[in-house]
Formats: sequence, structure tokens, C-alpha cells
Amino acid sequence: MFDKPISRKGFLSGTAAVVAGLGLAACSGESGDDSSKSGAGKTYGSGKNGTVYWLNFKPEIDETIQKLGKKYAKAKDVKVKIVTAASGDYEKTLTSEMDKSEAPTIFVIGNHAGVKEWNDYALDLKDTDIAKAQTTDEYNQYDDSGKLVSVGYCYECYGIVANVDNITKAGHSVDEIKNFDTLKAVVEDIHKNAKANGFDAFAATDMDDSSSWRVTGHLANLEFFYEEHKGDGASKDVWKETPATIEGTYLPNFKSLYDLIINNSVTAPDQLATGGHDPAQQFKDGKATFYLTGSWDYADIAKSVKNTTMLPYYCGVKGEEKAGLNNGTENCWAINKNASKKDQKASMDFLMWLVSDADASKALVEQLGIMPFKDAAESENGWLKRSAELADAGNYNMDWATNFEPNVDTYRAGLVSALNDYNSKQNDENWDKFKTAFVDGWATQYKKANA
Amino acid sequence: MSSAKAKKITATSSRVRSIRRWGLLFLGPVTAAFTIGFIWPFIQGIYLSFCQFRLTSDAKFIGLGNYAAAFADESFRYSFWYTAAFAVVSLVLINVLAFAVAYALTQNLKGSNIFRTVFFAPNLIGGIVLGYIWSMIFDGILSRYGTSVILETKYGFWGLVILMCWQQVGYMMIIYIAGLQAVPEDMLEAAKIDGASKSQTLFKVTIPNVMPSITICMFLTLTNSFKLFDQNLALTGGLPFKQLANGETVHTTEMLALNIYNTFYGTASVARGTAQAKAVIFFVLVAIMGLAQLAYTRKREVQQ
Repeated sequence: MFDKPISRKGFLSGTAAVVAGLGLAACSGESGDDSSKSGAGKTYGSGKNGTVYWLNFKPEIDETIQKLGKKYAKAKDVKVKIVTAASGDYEKTLTSEMDKSEAPTIFVIGNHAGVKEWNDYALDLKDTDIAKAQTTDEYNQYDDSGKLVSVGYCYECYGIVANVDNITKAGHSVDEIKNFDTLKAVVEDIHKNAKANGFDAFAATDMDDSSSWRVTGHLANLEFFYEEHKGDGASKDVWKETPATIEGTYLPNFKSLYDLIINNSVTAPDQLATGGHDPAQQFKDGKATFYLTGSWDYADIAKSVKNTTMLPYYCGVKGEEKAGLNNGTENCWAINKNASKKDQKASMDFLMWLVSDADASKALVEQLGIMPFKDAAESENGWLKRSAELADAGNYNMDWATNFEPNVDTYRAGLVSALNDYNSKQNDENWDKFKTAFVDGWATQYKKANA
Repeated sequence: MSSAKAKKITATSSRVRSIRRWGLLFLGPVTAAFTIGFIWPFIQGIYLSFCQFRLTSDAKFIGLGNYAAAFADESFRYSFWYTAAFAVVSLVLINVLAFAVAYALTQNLKGSNIFRTVFFAPNLIGGIVLGYIWSMIFDGILSRYGTSVILETKYGFWGLVILMCWQQVGYMMIIYIAGLQAVPEDMLEAAKIDGASKSQTLFKVTIPNVMPSITICMFLTLTNSFKLFDQNLALTGGLPFKQLANGETVHTTEMLALNIYNTFYGTASVARGTAQAKAVIFFVLVAIMGLAQLAYTRKREVQQ
């Protein structure tokens, strides 16, 4: 095609064609990206008895709820539309969907920032059927005036998952681990003998977007939590509002545990920035003995590693022998205040069906782990059971203080950047940079979010 | 003039008139699409830049506050200079390389058709994919030295330059090839007969004759660099960050478009107006460069 000299006209039209082609290529690339991000929304039923539009937040339950929605639409002559947007894109999707004439009737307000942003669009759920059906109001979101903005429909627990058989093989017992010092002793011994044992201590704590929440969410939570509770985990001091500043009092504890994790891991610390080590696979293959995750991974992990338990985030705080797991949730349903009365009722009835119908709640509990409603199916999740055991033994729950992080994505991105430096070179200078991102970053983002 | 001929002319002109009347109808769909898809959102976008809003449907007018916030934002100013530096460097490199490749491939080398196709191919890959592929390539090399493209600003910068060269050289090469092939044979022959050396021919005859291509390519690369988004997002996403003394965070490899995006979505909805104001400023910048391009190209264009 290039042999003949190109005439001016030919050149121009050729260029135009190439530009048009590139434009098309760019378009198709973008739209392809979008559809995979937001998931395929599907609509069922006639809508004779109202419309339910659920903008779902958990991709892992999408398949189940699409089936349930279809079934419900057929039985009750209701139009049911379910769209799933994963947590990273939820805010964006919600923003654009709320602008439409057919806006979501059920959506998620899962944390304090969400209440601030979306309270105006949420129906007060106090004394409604769904609130009355709950077994606890611990996972609900309220605003300052006491309005029930959203109801927690499931809760999760996270902590340090441990492969019990690996620990036994290494000549220890999981019961030895009672606090940070005992955890450290076991972890370092396993790491030291990694070659002989054929497995190492911790799975990778990758810093890419798919995994950095283990550190910037879960692990960081111990600092927020003990600061919130002024060092006494059993105390009832809790944050009601996002504090404008934090002190970072328990950063040394964070550091001891963090250092222990990255320096006794299958993956070297300077490899963490780019990610891609698939920590879940490391744990499933038995290559790693400890793994930072939560109850949502139980069903998947239990398929490969039968004998597991979950340990609290021990970090050397006084009295931590009585620590429990981190129970909390970001999964709370809100009903759109601006929807028609008919659609609000249809939505409420749909939610009631989800939490009380034997088959529907069973299918959901299998995915969600547990649903705190009187008529919902029982949980089969081993780590949630472990959490309940600890709570029954009088251990304190480490609540999700991370839900207060201001401008959460931006704040966490700052932590990731600083930790990347620290992981590649563990010195005081880099740690100070992280402290700045942790403490000053909070204050800055708070100011921005409340400007 | 015979009456038959006059009749024919009237018939033709009335047909033209009737087509003109219908013309509006034919223009309709395009005008409607252009209005719905471009003019209206554009006007609304400008209006929103003077508002505080969470949803675009309930915006509150607040005046120039968003513009003040945008200009006061250190990260925005930083990303402007970063983008400008990137634009200049990639403009020079892309054009020099593209011209060199085009020049080499018009010298009747064996297999030059294959080479042209190979050089052009990277253009067909989307920006996001390119970004991820190159981040793997860079990290594959840099991890040997215990570092990564997202750990140092300079790696992020040069990484993006390499990526963009790789993607755009082929495209600019095509434009240069067209320009080079349009250089009149007789001029080249005359230069040869007059005893001009190869470099003399290149600088005194060839380059002046491909000036129109050079202007097009320069301005294409300039505006492309300013508008760059996908590759920037996928390669470094702005990492690493720098914490300033006043608590502000600067994303050291973040270009203008990504900065606007992060302002809009990365912070609470109070900053959406600011992001919108940044977008308007960004539009003005790119428009000025576009107009400058038009003026400059028109002045330079020589019809052969």
C-alpha cells in the first residue's frame, strides 16, 4: 500500500480514515471497559405492582441476586432491575444513576462519608418492617439527628487467617498465639525454617489496587481503633463523627506488626509495589501460613485449605489478649426517598422477602456469610463462627474505624505511595514519610471533604 | 437562446432550489446529534463550573469560587508544568524518530513495507492496554535493581515518554512518508546533478519541502500530549506521591487530564465544581493550542 507516491488528496483521505479508525478503536476500548466495570444490569417482570431498582455493591452476589430478582419479579408482578457496581466504581455509578428519571430505589450507604453524601436521598427506615426484622442495630447507619439512614444486611469479620496444619507441622500450636509477642515468635520461627518446611509465614501484602486494602484498610484499622478507644479495646468510646485530626499514637504498634508481616513473607518486601503475586493462591497452595483477609473469602479458601482459623490483629497493645476479630460492614441498604410511594413499598417488600424467605435467604447467606435478621438462614461461615466464639468468651470487637477515613480513596492512595518507598527501603526517613501521609494526610483530606 | 434550453435551465435551477429546501432536513440529524452530544453538554459543563453540585441535576450557583480553588490547587499547577515538560520532550523525540524512520523507509530498502506496517501497528492498541503492558516491561527490568516505575518520578516520566514514542512514531511516520514521497523528483535530481551531498539534499531540499507534514505532526503530538489520559492512568496512575509541608499531596506523575479526573472522583462531592472549573481551563488551553496550530499550518502550507 505504500509503494506508490501518495497524492495530496489520497493522503488527506487516508489520514482521515486512519483518524476515524483510531477514534473508533478508542471508543470501543472505553465502552468495553465500562460494561465490565459496572456489570450487566438486567430487568425482569412487568412492573404492574411497582418497580424495584437495586444498585448492588457486592460483585460476588450478583449471580445469586439476579436469579432471586427474576424469581421475585415473576411471582409478584413487580419490575425488578439489578445492576452491580463494584466498590471502586460504586460512587461513580450511583452519582450518574441518581441523576436519571428511573433512579435506583435500593442503594448502599455503607459508611460515614456515604451518610454525609447521600442522606438527602435516603428514606428514614426507623420502625419500618426491615428495621423491625433485624436482630441487631449494631451495623446500621444513623445520621446526627438519629434518622436511620440504612440497615446493615450482612456483616463481615476480618483478621489474620491462619493455616492450622502448617503451624502444627512447624512444631507449634495455634493456641500458643495469644498476643503480639507469641505471634512474632511463631511467625519468625516459621520464616527461618521456610526452606525446610516448604512453606513460609505470611502471604504477600501486594500494594496494587487489588490488594492494598489489606494494609491501608484492615491493618491501618488497628491504629484507628485503638486511638478511637484510647488504648483500651474494651472501652465504649467510639467515634460518632470523623475526627478532624488523628494523632497516630499507635503507629509504633502498626509498625511492629507491619514489619513482621512484610519481612517474614513468601514475597520480598521490595517486590510488593507492583503486585501480581496472588496472595490468595499462595495461601491456598499452602505456601503461606498467614493471610490477611476477611470472612467473604471463607467459601473460596475452605475449598483448598480445610483447617483454618482467624486470629485478631495483635500488635502489642496492653490487654490485647482479650481482642476479638474485626466485625463490621459496609453493606447497608438505603431506600430512595425520591422514589414513588408505590416503588418504595415494592422495594421494602422485596427486601423483606430476601431476608425472610427460606430459599432466598439461604442462597444469600451462602454468599454473604451471615445476615442479621430474625428469619434469615443460619450461617455456615467458619471464621464468622470463630468471631462469635471470641465474642461469647468476652473478647472485645475491633470495630471498623476505617469507615471514618476521609476521602477514602485519595487518603489510601497516599498511604500506598509512602509504603511503596518504605517497602523498597526500610529506614526511618521513609517511615517518617509514611507517618506524614497517615496523620497529616488525614487532616488534609478531612479539610477537603468538609470544605 | 432557444426556448428549450431556457426551459431546461429553469428546471435545473428549480430542482436546485427544491434540493436546498430539503437540505435543512438532511442537515437535521447531524445538527441534532451535534447539539445533543456536544453543544448542550458543553454549555452545561461551563455552567456547572460555576456551581457546587453532587448530581448535575441539582446544582447551586456559587460564582467564581471553583476557579479560585482550581488556581490555588498546588497539584493542578504541578500537573500543568509536568504536562508541559512531557509535551515538549515527547514532541521533539516523537518527531525526530518518526522522521528518521520515514526517511529510512523511503530509501527503497528491502522489506520496507513490512517495516512500515510493524511501526504503525502499536497505534492499533488501546491506551489502557499499552499502559499495563509497558508497566510490566519496565518493572520486569527495574525490579532487578529493586525499584519500579511507580517508585520514582523520573522513571514514570521517561517511561511515559518511551510508551508514547512507541505508540505515536508509527502514526507520524505515515504522515512523513507521504510528505517525503511528495517531494518533486526533478528537484532531487537537480540537486544530484549540481553535486549536492546527501546531507545537503536532506537539509536544503527535502526538509523544506516536507514542512507542511512537520507542522501537522508537531501540533498533533503537542495536543495529544496535553490531552493524554489512558496511558498515564494505566502506567503509573500518578504514583509516587509527594507530601508537601502544608499537608497537600502532589501526585508526581499526574498529568492534567488525570488530575481533573482524580479531583472529580477521588474526593468528596464538594470538589466536583472545582474539577469542572479545571476542565474548562483545560479546554481553553487545548483550544488555544488548536487555534495556533490552524493559523500556523495555514500560513506554512504550500501547494505543489
